[in-house]
Amino acid sequence: MTIQRLGSIFRRPTPIGQAVFDDNRKLVASIDRRGLLRGSLSLGSLVMLTGCDVGHEGSVQSALRAVSEFNDAVQAALFRPDHLAPTYALDQVAHPPRYNAFYGIGDVRPVAASTWKLELAGRIGNKTPWTVAQMYDLPETELIAKHICVEGWDYVGHWKGVSLRLFLERIGADTKARYLAFKCADDYTGSIDMATALHPQTILATRYGDDPIGDPFGFPLRLRTATKLGYKNPKWITAIEVTNTKPGGYWEDRGFNWFGGI
Amino acid sequence: MPDATRPPPRRPRRLHPVAVRVMHWINALAILMLLFSGLKIYDDYPILNGLYFAEAITLGGHPETALQWHFFAMWILGVNGLVYLAYGLVTGRFRRKLLPVDPREVVATVRDALRLHLGHDDIRHYNGVQKLLYLGVIAIVVLQVATGLAIWKPVQFSEFAALFGSFQTARILHFAGLGAIAGFLVVHVALALLVPKTLVAMVTGGPLEDPADRALAPSAPPATR
Repeated sequence: MTIQRLGSIFRRPTPIGQAVFDDNRKLVASIDRRGLLRGSLSLGSLVMLTGCDVGHEGSVQSALRAVSEFNDAVQAALFRPDHLAPTYALDQVAHPPRYNAFYGIGDVRPVAASTWKLELAGRIGNKTPWTVAQMYDLPETELIAKHICVEGWDYVGHWKGVSLRLFLERIGADTKARYLAFKCADDYTGSIDMATALHPQTILATRYGDDPIGDPFGFPLRLRTATKLGYKNPKWITAIEVTNTKPGGYWEDRGFNWFGGI
Repeated sequence: MPDATRPPPRRPRRLHPVAVRVMHWINALAILMLLFSGLKIYDDYPILNGLYFAEAITLGGHPETALQWHFFAMWILGVNGLVYLAYGLVTGRFRRKLLPVDPREVVATVRDALRLHLGHDDIRHYNGVQKLLYLGVIAIVVLQVATGLAIWKPVQFSEFAALFGSFQTARILHFAGLGAIAGFLVVHVALALLVPKTLVAMVTGGPLEDPADRALAPSAPPATR
């Protein structure tokens, strides 16, 4: 059973049609910026910023972003490539997994297995797209680990799928490149660093327990890494790119920390 | 090297040397940033059913911005806090000002305070309740940093995080720490306003220290010019 909670950032309702957004993208962006400004003028920040020019919202924001990027570098330095996240017993696993996305579970558009393809791009030797059957035929790695959301909740999930390291080797990816970028069927985007991609507990999950992943949880393919927060685990993946140019992501572009390591 | 025959320093120190004042206010700023952004982060997934904090008393406006503030201020608190702890231990200030805590004095001070008698003639000497509160808040902030590290890096620091049990236990402890620090702030600010010369002292340095107290310092640094 999935509990839908109002006001959650990962289930932000979208009552306005997407076309309206597209037509008024600039206006919407400027309103959002004003919203940020209003937010930064709350009591707490007024107390804090006495003496500063609170009107210069842009400089405060860019300073905070700069520190967030510094924190990316700190987290990359703290990352232990061979250190394993705690794992759990089968009876601690949640069934089904917890639903989360940037929209409600009712708006999930299932991906058709027959037409789905995994596209490959960037620094990869063999960019032939993969079908569902091919993905589900790959050797499986099992991962019983915690999914920790940046909001604060967590659950133990039981995921199976090909080790991302093995998959990258299989497709002839340049594992000396710095980043992996993901595109998803629901237009979600995400990216991770290569060190995390090569970690033994990072898999391209195809199953939850013994069954194929359910539609709301990312069928047919999602990323599960035990070393990052939930939003760094894109679902309904349709494309993977290996690149040296730092990619953003749906939540990262909105200000959530890029590295998102745990 | 202690030398009983050495003359007292030419310029005796004030109650709060400039280093203490600077660190105190940097610390105050960092803790307020952490506290108000922490409320916004809490609001995203409340621990206590029905307990939310109004946007007006939170810092950041959006959870992502609140997180940016939180992970900015943590560096200020971390660096400033380490320097403050080292200073307090090396100069002997903690031992001189905060120890020993006499339980009978604590009881007596609380009794007097409840009778609305706030005796604070010599602000250079902390009473039992003050010592207990200051030692307590230092311990709680250290613990708060520890639980913060445990929920920031439950995998990279998994051995350390295991000390607090599960991720959720550490998270609840981190929120309880926020409550304890907020509670301390209410008492601390209220008493500073009731005895304004203590507040002034944290700006100007306050009265000169009693040379007799200085002599008790275990490792008072030699006077420098």
